[in-house]
Amino acid sequence: MTTTVEAMHGSHAGHDTPRGATPPVFYVRDEHAHEAASTALGFWIYLMSDCLIFAVLFATYGVLGASYAGGPTAKELFDLPLVALNTSMLLLSSITYGFAMLAMEKGRTAQTQGWLAITLLFGLAFLGIELYEFAHLIHEGAGPWRSAFLSAFFTLVGTHGLHVTFGSVWLVTLMVQVARRGLIPANRRRLMCLSMFWHFLDVIWIGVFTYVYLMGALR
Amino acid sequence: MLETLTTFLFGRLSLESFPYHEPIVVATFFAVLLGGIALVAALSYFKLWGYLWTEWFTTVDHKRIGIMYMILGLIMLLRGFADAIMMRAQQAIAFNGSEGYLNSHHFDQVFTAHGVIMIFFVAMPFVTGLMNYVVPLQIGARDVSFPFLNNFSFWMTVGGAVLIMASLFIGEFARTGWLAYPPLSGLEASPDVGVDYYIWALQVAGVGTTLSGINLICTIIKMRAPGMTMMKMPVFTWTSLCTNVLIVASFPILTAVLVLLSLDRYVGTHFFTSDMGGNPMMYVNLIWIWGHPEVYILILPCFGIFSEVTSTFTGKKLFGYTSMVYATVVITILSYLVWLHHFFTMGSGASVNSFFGITTMIISIPTGAKIFNWLFTMYRGRIRFELPMMWTIAFMLTFVIGGMTGVLLAVPPADFVLHNSLFLIAHFHNVIIGGVLFGLFAGIYYWWPKAFGFRLDPFWGKMSFWFWVIGFYFAFMPLYVLGLMGVTRRLRVFEDPSLQIWFQIAAFGAVLIALGIGSFLIQIAVSILKRKQLVDVSGDPWHGRTLEWATSSPPPGYNFAFTPVIHDNDAWWDMKKRGYARPLEGFRPIHMPSNTGAGIILAGISTALGFAMIWHIWWLAAVSFIGLLVVAIGHTFNYNRDFHIPVDEVVRTENERTRLLSGQV
Repeated sequence: MTTTVEAMHGSHAGHDTPRGATPPVFYVRDEHAHEAASTALGFWIYLMSDCLIFAVLFATYGVLGASYAGGPTAKELFDLPLVALNTSMLLLSSITYGFAMLAMEKGRTAQTQGWLAITLLFGLAFLGIELYEFAHLIHEGAGPWRSAFLSAFFTLVGTHGLHVTFGSVWLVTLMVQVARRGLIPANRRRLMCLSMFWHFLDVIWIGVFTYVYLMGALR
Repeated sequence: MLETLTTFLFGRLSLESFPYHEPIVVATFFAVLLGGIALVAALSYFKLWGYLWTEWFTTVDHKRIGIMYMILGLIMLLRGFADAIMMRAQQAIAFNGSEGYLNSHHFDQVFTAHGVIMIFFVAMPFVTGLMNYVVPLQIGARDVSFPFLNNFSFWMTVGGAVLIMASLFIGEFARTGWLAYPPLSGLEASPDVGVDYYIWALQVAGVGTTLSGINLICTIIKMRAPGMTMMKMPVFTWTSLCTNVLIVASFPILTAVLVLLSLDRYVGTHFFTSDMGGNPMMYVNLIWIWGHPEVYILILPCFGIFSEVTSTFTGKKLFGYTSMVYATVVITILSYLVWLHHFFTMGSGASVNSFFGITTMIISIPTGAKIFNWLFTMYRGRIRFELPMMWTIAFMLTFVIGGMTGVLLAVPPADFVLHNSLFLIAHFHNVIIGGVLFGLFAGIYYWWPKAFGFRLDPFWGKMSFWFWVIGFYFAFMPLYVLGLMGVTRRLRVFEDPSLQIWFQIAAFGAVLIALGIGSFLIQIAVSILKRKQLVDVSGDPWHGRTLEWATSSPPPGYNFAFTPVIHDNDAWWDMKKRGYARPLEGFRPIHMPSNTGAGIILAGISTALGFAMIWHIWWLAAVSFIGLLVVAIGHTFNYNRDFHIPVDEVVRTENERTRLLSGQV
């Protein structure tokens, strides 16, 4: 951000400027672009606002998580090995996204696309397992309408799942855009945003895994 | 078969959904229809559609978006006030066995719509509009960080307003009060579309508000002119920053809690139901965790306006700039620690109530510091009693009363007596009208010449001022009295005839306020007619202190031909004092964002999606959801989002200003 500063001299010196002293600089001629720098910050702030939505859902689960209304309890319902598998899918997808970003830094388009595709597969596997889990619970009569506990559970986990779905759609969009235009600065910026989004979902999932599943199994 | 088809096509919507048997609504509908037809005809006759589309609807210029926000706020103010005066009239006559003229079905919708509209679609657009217009100019920027998002945010706010207006003529609005507490807002007690209108109007508008908050935070953090450190920012920019932090930190909570309420209504979950483990008080807590910061979202920018106005019209540097900034930040933080004072009666126990009572009282300390700062700024100043200053003084007197009744309500035992009484209604109107609305008027009068190049006519402005201020006292002081006598809010008929006189005085106050609004509208019309006499070519009609006054009125699309460099809090004052000379040559092409229609299209589809969800028209919901995705993704394939204003155009614009300035001397 090198800006050339050119002092513009007033035609009549103000009374505060001593005679002979250089008048202060009141404007610059050269512009610098702001947008790129703003995007990263803006996206961070967006993520924090999204984090608050999850905070509300966690708080709701915290309040209603034991309101079974005579229905099944967390301990009876959760299948920890399945959830562990699911968690590993998401964590692996975060690692592969990291590899995609490393490839992007080196300017290797094909390698970037490859890692993005693998990330997508892990993401879809995660969603598949989650849908299976949901279908299984509903089939057992433990749908979101059964009790406040299950309402809060489905909403928290489901909102995370919706985010992963949205992230996957975004990922495909970006793969098309990278294929069309290569790793131009605009596309790099977009990949960086999705990267933050994807890792953010990982962090949220660790919260879900610990707070909902592990502590639920202990309850 | 036919029934299945119509249900598929129109969901819950049927001929019965249109209130054609309600004379008041039908008359309003035809008035709106005639007005609408006249407007459309006029726009077509003068061939203005193309102009409106290319220059306004698709604009990414923060100034034009700001002006559009203000127009939206003004239109919705008329609607919100119509609701208010209907309530005042009903309560003034519904005594001695009279039922008044509004049935309960209507009255309940009227008070709900009044609250929702005044907060979300009057105060919020006005505040956002002023921040949008002024902040980039004050920090010497060319636009906001994300100009397209800004356009999109505006149209989402309009989308919410459209849904709420639609509820007047198609179906009905919520009958739950402005925060739609469950279980009343649940499916069992409110099976009709009213609450769904409420939910979707707020969700659509809420997306816009959150994005606009992110946008302005980034703008203030990243786009300040060189030399403008945080502690050299104008106070209005500081308060805007804090407000936008509050927006981003609170609107997601509203979004989430409304999603939970929708799930209860659409899917059959049990978050807030009275059975199956649901907990309605969870809703009340969550919505106030948004709701309390919301009132500070509204008042903080107004504190900024008062600071700018006081300092400008006393010709002095603001007293205690640093303490003003810290007070603002402290209020920002504290506003998250007081939400429970809205329902001390929940019964959370003495310790919890004491905590929230004390934090509430503590907020009055930084607020009091601000009042003293303004007073000390005025002390020994050369005060010019122009309209913005008059509103500021009316604010200081009125707001202090509202603040004191607020501290009174912060005492839990007192609150148990006054909870949900008219005392509370009087209190929050006292701070919202006396603080937010007076502040907005001060801001509108102050920055109008900047936006349009001419001042507002002072005579009608003074009429409006006195009608508003006196009207406010007549309308709300009786409510304090009634509240102390134990009258609760939202009542439609009364049995005790001795109360009637107070309601009649309040209704008289509402009539005065109506005259105030009328004078304001006349003032705008008169000023436009007399714009040649009221013209200001200097760009600095008030002898201002901050950067927005350094450029022309109205400012060119690029705001400043060269980015200013800042040395002092009152940057423009400093420039004037130290012999700044406007550059006359050496102009360069200026890099600017391009206009786009994506914002209005996306918001239009979102509104259709909301309407479809309200009426259970599932095919339309699916189609519009897919349309939303397609347009949003399609928009990301457009990489050409900016252009350069050619140097000739910059030279022409700047030379025109030079000519005007020399003509004035």
